[in-house]
Amino acid sequence: MALLQIFEPGLATAPHAHRLAVGIDLGTTNSLVAAVRSGVAAVLPDHQGRPLLPSVVRYDAHGVNAVGHAAAAQALSDPKNTIASVKRYMGRGLADIRAQGGAQAPYDFVDAPGMLKLVTRAGEKSPVEVSADILRALKVRAIESLGGELSGAVITVPAYFDDAQRQATKDAAQLAGLEVLRLINEPTAAAIAYGLENAAEGVYAIYDLGGGTFDISILRLSRGVFEVMATGGDSALGGDDFDAALAQWAVHEAHLSGLSLRDQRMLLIEARAAKERLSDADTSFYSLPMHDGRTLGLHVTRKLFEALTEPLLKKTLVVTRKALRDAGLSAVDVKGTVLVGGATRMPQVRQAVAKQFGCAPLTDLNPDEVVALGAAMQANLLAGNHSEGDDWLLLDVIPLSLGLETMGGLAERVIPRNSTIPCARAQEFTTFKDGQTAMAIHVVQGERDLVADCRSLARFELRGMPPMVAGAARIRVSFQVDADGLLSVSAEEKTSGVKAQVVVKPSYGLGDDEIARMLRESFERAGDDIKVRALAEQRVEAEQMQAALAAAFAADGALLSDAERAVLDALIAQLRETAQGSDHIRIKAAVEALNRSSEEFAARRMDRSIKVALTGRMVDSIGV
Amino acid sequence: MSKVFSQNFFEWFGLPLAFRVDTQMLSNAYREIQGQVHPDRHAQSGEAGKRVAMQFSTRANEAFDTLRNPLRRAIYLLELRGVDIGAESNTAMEPAFLFEQMEWREAVEDALTAKNVDELDRLLARLRADARLRYNKLGALIDTNADQAAVEAVRQLMFLEKVQSEIGDSLAALENA
Repeated sequence: MALLQIFEPGLATAPHAHRLAVGIDLGTTNSLVAAVRSGVAAVLPDHQGRPLLPSVVRYDAHGVNAVGHAAAAQALSDPKNTIASVKRYMGRGLADIRAQGGAQAPYDFVDAPGMLKLVTRAGEKSPVEVSADILRALKVRAIESLGGELSGAVITVPAYFDDAQRQATKDAAQLAGLEVLRLINEPTAAAIAYGLENAAEGVYAIYDLGGGTFDISILRLSRGVFEVMATGGDSALGGDDFDAALAQWAVHEAHLSGLSLRDQRMLLIEARAAKERLSDADTSFYSLPMHDGRTLGLHVTRKLFEALTEPLLKKTLVVTRKALRDAGLSAVDVKGTVLVGGATRMPQVRQAVAKQFGCAPLTDLNPDEVVALGAAMQANLLAGNHSEGDDWLLLDVIPLSLGLETMGGLAERVIPRNSTIPCARAQEFTTFKDGQTAMAIHVVQGERDLVADCRSLARFELRGMPPMVAGAARIRVSFQVDADGLLSVSAEEKTSGVKAQVVVKPSYGLGDDEIARMLRESFERAGDDIKVRALAEQRVEAEQMQAALAAAFAADGALLSDAERAVLDALIAQLRETAQGSDHIRIKAAVEALNRSSEEFAARRMDRSIKVALTGRMVDSIGV
Repeated sequence: MSKVFSQNFFEWFGLPLAFRVDTQMLSNAYREIQGQVHPDRHAQSGEAGKRVAMQFSTRANEAFDTLRNPLRRAIYLLELRGVDIGAESNTAMEPAFLFEQMEWREAVEDALTAKNVDELDRLLARLRADARLRYNKLGALIDTNADQAAVEAVRQLMFLEKVQSEIGDSLAALENA
């Protein structure tokens, strides 16, 4: 890994080998992996040429039995051990799932702190582990079809995913042994694919109705910048709900009761098939042979289906109008709408979106593939496979406000929704009682005024403050959201000079040690020695760091005083010596020490690059 | 980091220290800076480079948000001059303005009770037009160093912005019902 790559005008960057990087759309119903090859983004199909991998994992006593089509084929005969739509459970507790009405799924859930687990024959599985198994299958597919190890992946998440759901997705990727270059939002990925393909300029709305999630993003595309102006959605509303509405109607219509798990699953599968037929035909026959010998046979017209699902569609339109208002725009300002997600094939969805925006939606890209294609393009960019001028910039936002609990159970907003990331905001709080030496800090996400109506992200305590009278302490709580949309929080008491500080990354049921354990186990299964691997990785890291710093000294050595340079040189020598040994932990520490000490140098270089860029712009505008 | 971050937002973006900003220049400078510092530009850097990129990019977003929003820009400019807005301590307001505000709020409540979305939209449009006029006046006050009058105007606009966001929330609530 190079330390810092800042392009110098007139200075060619060192050529490097093309790095293999993929984009992964980890969907509720189906998942895809795509890559840019010879400048063109394409979905990587399996051996049978199928682009989609059903997001289904089946477990047996030994662990993973099958992933994808083979697993989906077993869903009826082995419903409890065949996990589908696991994305709905990411970062969610049992209470959340019950509130969504999703607890009717045929699985045995166990409630665990932060995130539920599913009981399978292979033991209790966290949704993170199930997702990691899907990602692993895609990784294998990518390595086989690209013919080499992957340097990294861009994973997409629904724009409306909260911090818990994003962190769970990143954990799953880490568990699958993928280097996450970035988490990006699904509608944003679609905008990249669409925008680059069509050299689009102006304001676009991306309406993304997937299997289990709905997103709407309003973006401004201009001169290679994709700027998200506002986003909104519902992370528990998707095509699955349209199937369920139809199935529910059938149960009612045919007076069915006492359905077996198999019948329930079958009912949903047939509902989906009937729904898909209705996209092309005006009527569809819904037929279902049941476990006890009965047969269900019903005619469904498109009109009836539209009436049954009208409330779902209306929900998406309310969210769409809110996003427009948040962007400070009205429908006439939108130049085009792009439809994403298989569920947007339903004619009523297309008509409703056309009516909302007053123009026919753009559908020239495959709605199943466009997200993965955009992610692949972004992965290729982040892997450094682009030359200057041939690149673009993505400016995305957080979907939900972040805040803290204050007295009376009220949520105090610290970072409002639709803030461009990365972003940070600090706010000061004070003590309630005389002599208070600790403070409980509760981080929440959501738009409601009451903490009870928001999602709880983390609770921690700031301790060791010197006792003071009530209201005298100044506790500064800082929020930082990174480019993946992930939050970290720190708190500090400022008046005392005694710094009580704590930094938390909210975690959801899976602690770092638990992930480390799962990683170790997966290496062991693969017959890999984790220590040998860690040593090799740290040595490469050390090599690359030295090379990058040498290049940085050559370009910008003048930014350092002799004394500063000497400090860095000493640390480099120390790293070189440590890297001769075989203690990967010591090498890692030496790398970190050098990283910390070279931050100021990195900052000065970045500052200089800004000045050069801004000066260049002024010269340009004078020249014109 | 202190040395690099010592410039104020106007200096950093190469803009004159004034309330009136050339929005095109502002957004060009923002794009130019993000183009250099955004974490996506440093995805192949080491930890130090990634951390520094996040700090710079975060600051660029903060600067852009401050400079493009007229209210935040005015407050920031007054703060740079050492003028305290005193939003919490000083709540005294001109009676005429307070009276006008009460009328606005009553009109909003009436429209809300009647669930009249069109009326709320109209009220919002009128409030926005009113705010635009006030921002023009505020700009003239700040750029002629009439700081105390500017503080008063800022506090009135904070009020107006609050009413506007309440109407926005009400509209959303009505739609969700």
